[in-house]
Amino acid sequence: MPKRLAKTDVVIVGMGAAGGVAALPLTNAGLKVIGLEAGGWLSPRDFAPDELRNESRNWPQSVQKAASEAPTVRATASDTAIQGGHPMMNAVGGTTMHYWAQSWRLNPWDFKVVSETKKRYGESRIPEDTTVEDWPFGYEELEPYYDKIEYTVGISGQAGNVQGKKNTAGNIFEGERKREYPMKPLRSSPFTDLMGNAAESLGWNPFQGPAAITTELFDGRPPCQYHGFCNKGGCHVKAKSSTAFTVIPKAVDTGNLEVVTFARVTRIVTDDSGRVTGVDYIKGSETFFQPADVVLLASYAYENVRLLQLSTSRAFPNGLANNAGQVGKHYMTHHQGAPVTALFDRDLHNWYGLPAQGVAIDEWADDNFDHSDLDFIGGANLWVHTDRKPMSAAKMSTFDETRNWGSDWKAFIMKNADRTNSSYIQKTTLPYEGNYLDLDPVVKDPLGFPVTRITARYRDNEKRIAAFSQEKMEQWYLEAGAIKIVKYGLGNVMGATTHAYGGTRMGLNSETNVVDEWGFAHEVPNLGILGASVMGSSGSRNPTLTVQALSWRTAEYLANNWRSIAG
Amino acid sequence: MNKKNNRSGSGNNRKSDLLEESLINPSRRNLLKGVGLVGAAAVSTIATSHVIAADSANMNSNSNAIAPREALEALTAEEAETLAAICDCLIPSDEHGPGAREARAVHYIDKSLASHNSGARYNYSVGLNAINEFARKTRGKSFTELLLDQQNSILLAVQTNKVSGFIPNGSGFFNMLRSHTIDGTFCDPYYGGNQDFVGWDMLRYPGIRLGASEADVSAGASLPPNHQSAYDHSTYTKLADNSLTDTEGGNGYA
Ligand SMILES: Cc1cc2nc3c(=O)[nH]c(=O)nc-3n(C[C@H](O)[C@H](O)[C@H](O)COP(=O)(O)OP(=O)(O)OC[C@H]3O[C@@H](n4cnc5c(N)ncnc54)[C@H](O)[C@@H]3O)c2cc1C
Ligand code: SF4
Repeated sequence: MPKRLAKTDVVIVGMGAAGGVAALPLTNAGLKVIGLEAGGWLSPRDFAPDELRNESRNWPQSVQKAASEAPTVRATASDTAIQGGHPMMNAVGGTTMHYWAQSWRLNPWDFKVVSETKKRYGESRIPEDTTVEDWPFGYEELEPYYDKIEYTVGISGQAGNVQGKKNTAGNIFEGERKREYPMKPLRSSPFTDLMGNAAESLGWNPFQGPAAITTELFDGRPPCQYHGFCNKGGCHVKAKSSTAFTVIPKAVDTGNLEVVTFARVTRIVTDDSGRVTGVDYIKGSETFFQPADVVLLASYAYENVRLLQLSTSRAFPNGLANNAGQVGKHYMTHHQGAPVTALFDRDLHNWYGLPAQGVAIDEWADDNFDHSDLDFIGGANLWVHTDRKPMSAAKMSTFDETRNWGSDWKAFIMKNADRTNSSYIQKTTLPYEGNYLDLDPVVKDPLGFPVTRITARYRDNEKRIAAFSQEKMEQWYLEAGAIKIVKYGLGNVMGATTHAYGGTRMGLNSETNVVDEWGFAHEVPNLGILGASVMGSSGSRNPTLTVQALSWRTAEYLANNWRSIAG
Repeated sequence: MNKKNNRSGSGNNRKSDLLEESLINPSRRNLLKGVGLVGAAAVSTIATSHVIAADSANMNSNSNAIAPREALEALTAEEAETLAAICDCLIPSDEHGPGAREARAVHYIDKSLASHNSGARYNYSVGLNAINEFARKTRGKSFTELLLDQQNSILLAVQTNKVSGFIPNGSGFFNMLRSHTIDGTFCDPYYGGNQDFVGWDMLRYPGIRLGASEADVSAGASLPPNHQSAYDHSTYTKLADNSLTDTEGGNGYA
């Protein structure tokens, strides 16, 4: 029997990007919150500028819970699912510790994929088999929350549309925002200048992307030092606005947040009336029951879905909040693959830099261009960035100039280590029938619980966007003077990813969605769900700022409606 | 237990070559550059008599000397020799400068097989053995005794899946080995490879910095290499004082 602890107002499962943000409005409102976190605290001392540690040893993620429960993956229901990797972090701050920190708002179109497509191109242009729906609200509803996160967590960037006033130094396709970013964007570099100029000569509108990284003294944290160990590494000066260095300490300071580390939630407990009563968690070799009036699930998309599917009860025989059979459905990833790589005839000066220091092109994203004569909807954000490290530089493409070892190859990398660049192209990905998450019937985690099984593949719409955006990317590189180009394959299987969406989708229709427009389960009034698992469309840019804006909104709604939700 | 067997089994290997590889002084190593291990084998008798002298010489070591108490942590002696010959083919020491040998990629791989690459330990045993079996079958000699061209053609056959006996197959094993050799040549020297920063110098990488100014970035490869390991910064070591964490690595490094 689990040991029963004293009751609290709210339990948050997972203190990452989403859970960390939610803690602040709740504790500010005076609610008592317990944050159960599977990992521990990390400090700047843990983030050595060490490529091998970040990239090959995957320290410390490789030894953690997420790695031991990596989902299995298959393309279709007739394939056998195979276990892959899982790059997420278990720590206070979650994956914001070692993420790239690109911090985008979605564009207005992403909230209205169905209605906007029908309006502009007609019903027939909605791809076959997709289950995509409009969000229950538009961009305007989320704008104040994007603003809150940008100013509370600390986001740097260049606005492109302040109250309708367009500025070509920023993204002219972005939705209208109330005000500028709190900090100027990360600085440009010789390489980003090169690419920016090339984009301009193509008539495109290049701009520095937004980042959860300081560019000036912000809230007591120093500005970015551009040393370039962001990728899979944490920041040695706390310039990266991880929740562990921003909202979580603030919430702790209220006296209302208790973070319990190395606490691994295994089950969400419900009573016969279908309300949540608390959660079971394991810490060390003991099991505890933590009672709470409200539970907020914030353990990343795969674990959010898995915990619901594991938490069967009399009221929910098919998994919690799953009487409509929607848990695990409408799963998507970003089609992040299919990069284009270029070789230049001069050094690019990228040894010091970071993935968030780059130039974006939004002309070919979302519905920012006319699709009348195209055979897909949506598009891709094109992104090139600085950041080069010796091990990965030596593993660069040989562009068919030499075999990939031996004397000629050595001469090749000696010359070209700083002369190549790979793009990061994020593409609209839609949810489809037949793409879903469930529990693997065979593979178990070390505690004996089944791991998540992903069944998903890209469809024609994604593949056509990939081919289209690769052409644009090639054009851009060539304009900048690239002498060789490699385009990588488009892929088919949607493997485990850092941008997992859906599985507990948000929407007004309780037959096709798990949570309502505020993030609370249609079937379980005191269970809130945080994270990209609630998102019904992927957009063509990284998810985390949207995840955080949604989390703040759900938490604020909970605080404002405490009595009715907590019961 | 396995380890012990491997150790005692090494008695009948040409242990002297390996000692020669690690104990020979730098200038001799330069002499051997490009000759391949055939040359190394030829001078192996010198090495044996070299051992005692080298032992004491290492005490007041120059930067290239190998620590006297340096064991093979995962590989057998024969495996380490075969691997050294392969690494020499992958990233050769040649007219363009030092390679995997000077970087001590084998030393790195051996250590890594006892830590973060331990999952690949068995694949190495099987794969290195397969390469030697193939060498003996097709050329009548073990891999290390072949001429450089012969070694290269065997590796090409492995890379293109023309040789069997690997996990998961020849190209899979080759790709892993290539990747580890690169890691060992270009990683932070803390891990036992990239000795004396030869890998970073090879790529004209000016070194890790805790901060990089716009001027540093503009200078690019003409920035003088600083030859520092991440762990030359006390912040990241066991000895650091926790109270220093917020100031160390702060703006002062910009
Ligand atoms: C290398 C990398 C780069 C990335 N770059 C970007 C980027 O540039 N921009 C961007 O927007 N996104 C980026 N992402 C994705 C981003 O990290 C995620 O979108 C974001 O962290 C998701 O937030 P989350 O709170 O859902 O999950 P997380 O931040 O992962 O937090 C989940 C937390 O829940 C905890 N947890 C999990 N299971 C349990 C359990 N059973 N019990 C208790 N606690 C549990 C975990 O330990 C973790 O702390 C990147 C990811 C990676 C890996
Ligand atoms: S590049 Fe900037 S944000 Fe990234 S780890 Fe270095 S100092 Fe921190």
